[in-house]
Amino acid sequence: MEVDVMKKVPVREQEPQVRAKNFEEVCYGYTLEEAQAEASRCLNCKNAQCMKGCPVSINIPGFIQQIKEGNIEEAYNIISRSSALPAVCGRVCPQETQCEGKCIRGIKGEAVAIGKLERFVADYAMEHGLKPKKEKESNGIKVAVIGSGPSGLTCAGDLAKLGYDVTIFEALHQAGGVLVYGIPEFRLPKERVVAKEIENVKALGVKIETNVVVGRSVTIDELMEKEGFRAVFIGSGAGLPRFMNIPGETLNGVFSANEYLTRSNLMKSFREDSTTPIMKSKKVAVVGGGNVAMDAARTALRLGAEVHIVYRRGEEELPARVEEVHHAKEEGIIFDLLTNPVEIIGDENGWVKAIKCVKMELGEPDESGRRSPVEVKGSEFEIDVDTVIMSLGTSPNPLISMTTKGLETNKRKCIVAEENTGKTSREGVYAGGDAVTGAATVILAMGAGKEAAKAIDEFING
Amino acid sequence: MYKILSKCYLTDNIIKMEVEAKRTSDSCLPGQFVIVRASEDGERIPLTICDYNREKGTIVLVFQVVGASTAVMAKLEEGDSFQDIVGPLGKPSELCEMDVEELKKLKIVFIAGGVGTAPVYPQVKWLKEQGVASDVIIGARNKDLVILEDDFKAVSDNVYVTTDDGSYGRNGNVCVCLQSLIDEGKTYDKCIAIGPLIMMKFAVNLTKQLNIPTIVSMNPIMVDGTGMCGACRVHVGDEIKFACIDGPEFDGWLVNFDESMRRQAMYKTEEGRKMLELQEGATHHGGCGHC
Repeated sequence: MEVDVMKKVPVREQEPQVRAKNFEEVCYGYTLEEAQAEASRCLNCKNAQCMKGCPVSINIPGFIQQIKEGNIEEAYNIISRSSALPAVCGRVCPQETQCEGKCIRGIKGEAVAIGKLERFVADYAMEHGLKPKKEKESNGIKVAVIGSGPSGLTCAGDLAKLGYDVTIFEALHQAGGVLVYGIPEFRLPKERVVAKEIENVKALGVKIETNVVVGRSVTIDELMEKEGFRAVFIGSGAGLPRFMNIPGETLNGVFSANEYLTRSNLMKSFREDSTTPIMKSKKVAVVGGGNVAMDAARTALRLGAEVHIVYRRGEEELPARVEEVHHAKEEGIIFDLLTNPVEIIGDENGWVKAIKCVKMELGEPDESGRRSPVEVKGSEFEIDVDTVIMSLGTSPNPLISMTTKGLETNKRKCIVAEENTGKTSREGVYAGGDAVTGAATVILAMGAGKEAAKAIDEFING
Repeated sequence: MYKILSKCYLTDNIIKMEVEAKRTSDSCLPGQFVIVRASEDGERIPLTICDYNREKGTIVLVFQVVGASTAVMAKLEEGDSFQDIVGPLGKPSELCEMDVEELKKLKIVFIAGGVGTAPVYPQVKWLKEQGVASDVIIGARNKDLVILEDDFKAVSDNVYVTTDDGSYGRNGNVCVCLQSLIDEGKTYDKCIAIGPLIMMKFAVNLTKQLNIPTIVSMNPIMVDGTGMCGACRVHVGDEIKFACIDGPEFDGWLVNFDESMRRQAMYKTEEGRKMLELQEGATHHGGCGHC
């Protein structure tokens, strides 16, 4: 096929009008031919900038060269040496600010579609039953990993490759963390992708015990003293939803994005036959502008509602990935920008009937470098809605820090851990991912899990 | 895992099961709860822990069949297993945190209503094991709905059963019973009331007048039970608390019961629809308000 070296080989997607009514994956991914054509755009730079942008340092030019030559199995071996979840990362990583953001092709034209190529290799590996390989024989030394999200799975996978006897403790009934409860089916298929990647981690010998809430069912001290775990990695994420503390937040029909998405993603309430209910909304306001807000909005849309994103800053400042905003707009999500809720109004029975907002204008840049929004006096107005979904970010669950003596946390309730090693104030206890940084991305959590695995190996081997 | 060792009916629709749940029985204390799923596709249902046996590695669950998911649970028999049980969740009762000598100085009364009688039992039993006496009021609509009376009599010297229709024990609801005990000369320093929201609301109204500080236990709609979803938000005074991690027990004088009752009904129609579908199967033709 013909390739314009300046442009990415386009990837096929479900039509917006069609996908707005189903939960099937939006993006179909490359065929072998398309992947090879896209791979041919890679300059195979000696001093590969893209690798520097990857939190888990995948040998990117290396695997792309193998695609060019048609050796997809070898491409997979290269990726899986660095990443436990390539099919996930190929789908949800913010490549535009990481690997692709540094791609030399991107200076004059479009960057190589590294994410889509990674996804192609990972999907090929799943279809052909390729598995990651163990590097060392089992050594029988027990390590506990708390949480089976991106950081925990990565840390566990890396330690198992090094021969450790790893058990992951998961609080929910299903493994995957935010990959199963947070990110919707249409962005990240659960059975076809997430479950398969978790199977690969288990194939390395990792055990997963579900239904264990560390801090309640068992403490870290008990794991180390009574159950013989030599080291513990905390990858418990940032699970606690924030609310705005405006009047009306306990009205019926106000949800955290976490609740709404957990009902739909983990409990499958988007399906007719699900036992878990979800509100049948007609008109929804999603408050917030991040990836989670986009996920909640697009879920509500698929469940049949008219959906408004209500965000206090402007389009430029939306923290969501450009691709997610683009997809949301294509599907018909309405963006009410520079708009901030001040109150949720209920009907006589205590159900949401409207959200009262004020218009905002952008002032001086704040400490995050974004221009901070200022209220326009007298600009109050109401949007009639029956549902409000709050998507304002999350903070770490304090349960583990509360029940582990000597584990230092900062004022945002995040666990204090050394950069590059994940070492905490407790000997033998490491932490990484959102539990340390507050809500961030899948790949940053994976990077932290990877570094912690290395540090744990060094700690145990002296 | 989570095998059911015994099952019995306490009333027509209240079921008691002893279930294997080693990690839970190892660490639970009175006041805490679990979340269970009966089957592979089951809903996550919060249930209070009625008793536990650390040696056997079991917990006792008591639940009332009220919706589609509890109806599925009711079909499980001895030898069957729950798909999932996670816990203990929530904070233990504040009694467990108090100094035993201080507790011995207090005159404590428990008010237990309906299926809420179950979570009261481990608290009374725990106090008895610490050598602390307490009085218990058990309320039910009628004689057939009184549960766990003998279990309570084994751990408390003063158990007062009262029925709304007077068909058993004293005549009247739990508030009438508490008032008459006070009138008979009893005094109390602390009350723990657990039962239907409406019962707790009226119990608290009375204990405010009687100036008896009162703890209540909330059982709102939850999904994960670990602080993640926030569905269990409850106003306690001016603050919004999550029942799953900040509770489930709160200062009853401060809880907004009207709001909690309204939130409890959030999925009522959807639950009702599922229940009708389950009961009527292919013969379901309307009547649920959703078809």
